[in-house]
Amino acid sequence: MALLLEFLQTLKNTVVDVLPILSIILGFQLLVIRKPIPHIKQVSFGFIYVLIGLTLFLLGLEKALFPLGKMMAEQLTAPEFIHQGAKVLTTVHWSDYAWVYVFAAAIGFSTTIAEPSLIAVAIKAEEVSGGAINANSLRISVAIGVSVGIALGSYRIVVGHPLHYYIITGYVIVVIQTFYCPKLLVPLAYDSGGVTTSTVTVPLVAALGLGLASTIPGRSPLIDGFGLIAFASLFSIIAVMTYAQLTHAKAHKIERKVEKRQRIKINKRKLRQKKQEADQTSNDINQQDKQDR
Amino acid sequence: MNQQLIVFFKALLGSCKDLLPIVLVIAFFQFVVLQQAMPNIGDILVGLALVVLGLTFFIYGLEMGLFPIGESMAQAFAKKGSINWLLTFAFCLGFGTTVAEPSLIAVAKEAATVAAAGGMISNTLEAQLSYANGLRYTVAFAVGFAISIGVLRIIRGWPIQYLILGGYVVVVLMTIIAPSWIIGIAYDSGAVTTSTITVPLVTALGVGLASAIKGRNPMIDGFGLIAFASLTPMVFVMIYGMVIN
Repeated sequence: MALLLEFLQTLKNTVVDVLPILSIILGFQLLVIRKPIPHIKQVSFGFIYVLIGLTLFLLGLEKALFPLGKMMAEQLTAPEFIHQGAKVLTTVHWSDYAWVYVFAAAIGFSTTIAEPSLIAVAIKAEEVSGGAINANSLRISVAIGVSVGIALGSYRIVVGHPLHYYIITGYVIVVIQTFYCPKLLVPLAYDSGGVTTSTVTVPLVAALGLGLASTIPGRSPLIDGFGLIAFASLFSIIAVMTYAQLTHAKAHKIERKVEKRQRIKINKRKLRQKKQEADQTSNDINQQDKQDR
Repeated sequence: MNQQLIVFFKALLGSCKDLLPIVLVIAFFQFVVLQQAMPNIGDILVGLALVVLGLTFFIYGLEMGLFPIGESMAQAFAKKGSINWLLTFAFCLGFGTTVAEPSLIAVAKEAATVAAAGGMISNTLEAQLSYANGLRYTVAFAVGFAISIGVLRIIRGWPIQYLILGGYVVVVLMTIIAPSWIIGIAYDSGAVTTSTITVPLVTALGVGLASAIKGRNPMIDGFGLIAFASLTPMVFVMIYGMVIN
């Protein structure tokens, strides 16, 4: 019963979130386009499914994963865990936080795999590319990017370097990669940066950043707690471009192999032709010889 | 009916696979690293079942509802041929979906406490509220602006990298002159703005437009709208910080 009540409450919140989108779509469809929506029944059922799905998803996250994940982030960053016994930290060494980096990487990877908006973009990319881009490989490369990004972001909070040095370096890497990345995948890579961090990742990552910044001496949770999400989105761009370059290299290899095979075939054919021609000419010469005699 | 059930179960299984990594990570850290028992295991199992079911429904509805409507509207606008209406629609979509975004509201509130603690604004509830609202409208305006620019880019066929890389240069230059307390918030606000319902809709809009307009490649021109939506808020929030200063 309590669960049902919670469900209805979450459903109400989701509907309120969706209302502006729905009214914009309906308003433009009716007033500007002035045509009935094609497949209205199927589309409305789709919308209802999305609403129910999102509601169940959020409810489940609140019940199962968020409390546990947030508690873990707090426990892993607590002084008691870092310096067995010591209640207050006086000095920190970045290597004391090894488990935090492992946790950051693991939680970044696993939450990205479950991120619904990334699933949506991956499905669309696979559809548009006619299967040349595999939805799962795209998601895994984004997840690797997020895990590296969040681990590095936690390291930054521990050592206290300024955020913008890292971000600007990341931008420089993105700029360089853009020139070497296959053109077909550049927009998708840029997009994946914005998509990675939403419903599942943000609450857990924010808890981690806050936990780190509030326990390490000299860090302010208000200033150093921010920035992890920016890391995640930047590194997923880099990861997707790297994936694109790797698969591109592979595609090139296959292409080259095919070309080579064709070239061999052509060469053989040419050889055969030459041989035939040579035979022909020698025959001709023989015949001429005979005639001369 | 039977076949539909099979499809549904396959989707359910797919969602289980999507969720498996999180379960493994949490179990590993709980039992091996922190060495604690799982608290109220019943609640967690119910929650996991809900997440799996929810993800399945969401993906189902995505292909039935959100993708088709995004694409059909894009095609209708392309047929109508009115760029102004299309840009207005794009702006409304960006602004409307962002202004009510719960994660943005949360970030704006937090940012207001930062600013108050840093002495940037007076430490009253009223000042904090107006600051948070200002931030929210700034980000929403930035996203609306971004989607319109992105749509214009699809229509005109501008290459995306110059626009995005140019945007990066602006962000870097702004970082140098913007007050330091706004930078973290500005960088993060870029990533939190795009919600779970906006992303599929905007993606479908872009791909639909690129396939409806002659000479555009849906792969090259269709994607990229979200990239704009996560870049412009950084710039606009930094401007907001400079104005407040």
